[in-house]
Amino acid sequence: MSTTAVAAPAGGLRWELPSPGKVGMFALIAAESAIFVIFVVAYLFYLGKSLTGPTPAILHTPVLITVCLLSSSLTIHAAVAALRKGKGGLFAGAWLLTFVLGAIFLGGTAREWGHLIRVEGLWIDTNLFGTTYYSLVGLHAFHVTAGLLLLGTVAVFALLGKVRREHAEPVDILSLYWHFVDVVWVVVFTVVYVIGR
Amino acid sequence: MSTESVGWTPTELAARPLVDRLHGWVTTVDHKRLGILYILYAIVFLVVGGVEAVVMRIQLAQPHNDFVSPQVFNQMFTMHGTTMIFFVAMPIVFGFANYLVPLMIGARDMAFPRLNAFSFWLTAFGGLLLYFSFVGGYGLYGAGTAPDVGWFAYAPLTSKTFSPGHSTDFWTLSLLVAGIGSIGGAVNLIATILCLRCPGMTLGRMPLLVWLNLTVAGLVLLVISPLTAAQMMLMIDRYLGGHFFDTQAGGSAVIWMHFFWVFGHPEVYVLVIPAFAFASEIIPVFSRKAIFGYPVMVAATVGIGFISMAVWAHHLFTIGMSAAANTFFVLSTMAIAVPTGIKIFNWLATMWGGKIHFRTPMLFCVAFLFQFLIAGLTGVMLASAPLDWQLGGSYFVVAHFHYVIVGGILFCLFAAFYYWFPKMSGRMYLERLGKLHFWLFVVGFHLTFDFMHIPGLLGMPRRIYTYEPGRGWDVWNLIVTVGVVFQVVGILVFVGNLLWSLLHGERAGSDPWDAWTLEWSTTSPPPEYNFATVPVVKSRRPLWDVKHPEDPDWRYEPGGAG
Repeated sequence: MSTTAVAAPAGGLRWELPSPGKVGMFALIAAESAIFVIFVVAYLFYLGKSLTGPTPAILHTPVLITVCLLSSSLTIHAAVAALRKGKGGLFAGAWLLTFVLGAIFLGGTAREWGHLIRVEGLWIDTNLFGTTYYSLVGLHAFHVTAGLLLLGTVAVFALLGKVRREHAEPVDILSLYWHFVDVVWVVVFTVVYVIGR
Repeated sequence: MSTESVGWTPTELAARPLVDRLHGWVTTVDHKRLGILYILYAIVFLVVGGVEAVVMRIQLAQPHNDFVSPQVFNQMFTMHGTTMIFFVAMPIVFGFANYLVPLMIGARDMAFPRLNAFSFWLTAFGGLLLYFSFVGGYGLYGAGTAPDVGWFAYAPLTSKTFSPGHSTDFWTLSLLVAGIGSIGGAVNLIATILCLRCPGMTLGRMPLLVWLNLTVAGLVLLVISPLTAAQMMLMIDRYLGGHFFDTQAGGSAVIWMHFFWVFGHPEVYVLVIPAFAFASEIIPVFSRKAIFGYPVMVAATVGIGFISMAVWAHHLFTIGMSAAANTFFVLSTMAIAVPTGIKIFNWLATMWGGKIHFRTPMLFCVAFLFQFLIAGLTGVMLASAPLDWQLGGSYFVVAHFHYVIVGGILFCLFAAFYYWFPKMSGRMYLERLGKLHFWLFVVGFHLTFDFMHIPGLLGMPRRIYTYEPGRGWDVWNLIVTVGVVFQVVGILVFVGNLLWSLLHGERAGSDPWDAWTLEWSTTSPPPEYNFATVPVVKSRRPLWDVKHPEDPDWRYEPGGAG
């Protein structure tokens, strides 16, 4: 494209616009937030409305996996910062740690569900609590899974040594999604395990 | 600014074999081609949804008619509503936004061209899925074909007990798929508008169409998602035995209404704001005057966007809510008339003192102004809860929202078709046929929808497949159906005009309307890269500045050289 045309306006116009990737990710996060809002509203609306079966009293607060997931926000932030400075090794290490922390979270959720299904006899069709609980926590777990697939893809490239400083921007955009998944967990945790019990 | 086409030769393109050309359209990521695909797709469904409306009107033309069975009638109004909202209006909105926004902000393409193609094909497959229900909807129980639960599909009618078979699943899935396409489209539009503007195109200089589409895209993100969430819940209920809307297990049918209308009412504004956008571009050009009150128009639009998310429960007045909730939603619904009224006054003030050219696009815009005003007035009537208790669920409501959608949105869409057809095709339409289309449609529209209010006031309920003679509804229903004939002929004239002009129309040149926005500075149709050099903008009417170097707009801008 011609550069003479860009320089034309008087007064040496500086023309800087935000990055499309970041704006797009924030827009996607806005849409996803609206989906979660509806599921959270449904959960709160149906609290204590189950006619039969188990109640939220059977839940155990998942402290360990919550700590893991929230820590992964710090490690992914450190990974992106390292990549911006060109420290490939540090990036790969922090990124893999993020992946492992996320995987521990997902494993913990699986264990919790296994307990609820086998011991407490709660499944999605048991009662309203089951329906709303598995939907809300499951929707979040689905987002964690999607995040892990993306993190894993980058991890493979990092291990092959293909992720370099110039990839900091897309990697940073991916980290925004991961932070979003964390923030949603703060909301879900508060609603399900603090307010809801 | 270059106005010459470089390297684009229509004869060369036409010489390629048909399969090659079709392959080009299917695999394209060009925003202009995707925009045209959206629009063509929407026109096909406009005809399909129109045929469904005709079937209903023939059935209701006289009492005790048996043109279709009650079952088919239910399918017709369900499919008509779903088709017109999700597979006509939404794709047309995204189609025009796709085509025009990058051109108007001086960009090469959308921010994410492949996401753009992905969004279009999702929307397209959503529509196909909905219509596949006609052949694939029998399901295990052999019950039902097309969905017949109404376009807002109230619970518990959608439960497995009352909707056996798969017709409701086709409805749910098609809206889920198309909804994801819409969210992709909105993400793309926001990123494009915020990040790809050409130098000098500040937010305060963007054409109003771009501003309005930015508002719509933001609205789509926040209001389509609740529908997606509600559809997921419905799927959980139907397939995993969930109880979200299962009243026998403590679930609530009313919460579906809230979730649906949290989407459903703002959706009206998702559709009408782009109509405002067309009017805001077309009225100034044919009045030969800059738009009146640009900043107020932007503020009013964004205001409508926000208020529209706080009015949904006026659809639930007749369900029964607390006095506090009724009061809040009455007031918020009436409040939205204020920014809307501001817009109508601004369009009138734009025309006031202008030199008005009554070409076809302008005719449609002028009719839109009057009709949209009346639609807004019946809206204020229905916003009043006591009156809504009387009129809710009657044909008065049907007449009201068709006045908005046909008299407001569709008229502006026709204006947009005629206004940008020369840009998209490179050829002029036939003015005489355009005017014939306009007059046929005005007569047909008013016959149908003016007189539809009356049986509503007389108590005729919505969604009935027939009625008893002698209730005073007969003659009004006949007039309503007669109006449809004029509209159908109008549509035939419209489609015929576009097809004939596409092949034989006069060459349009790059700027047939002597307009002021950037899309008219490139060739018609624009080359794949849009602009040979990146345009630089110094005011809200960049082409005016080029055409009138002695009196450019930027001189009058705050901080300008004048």
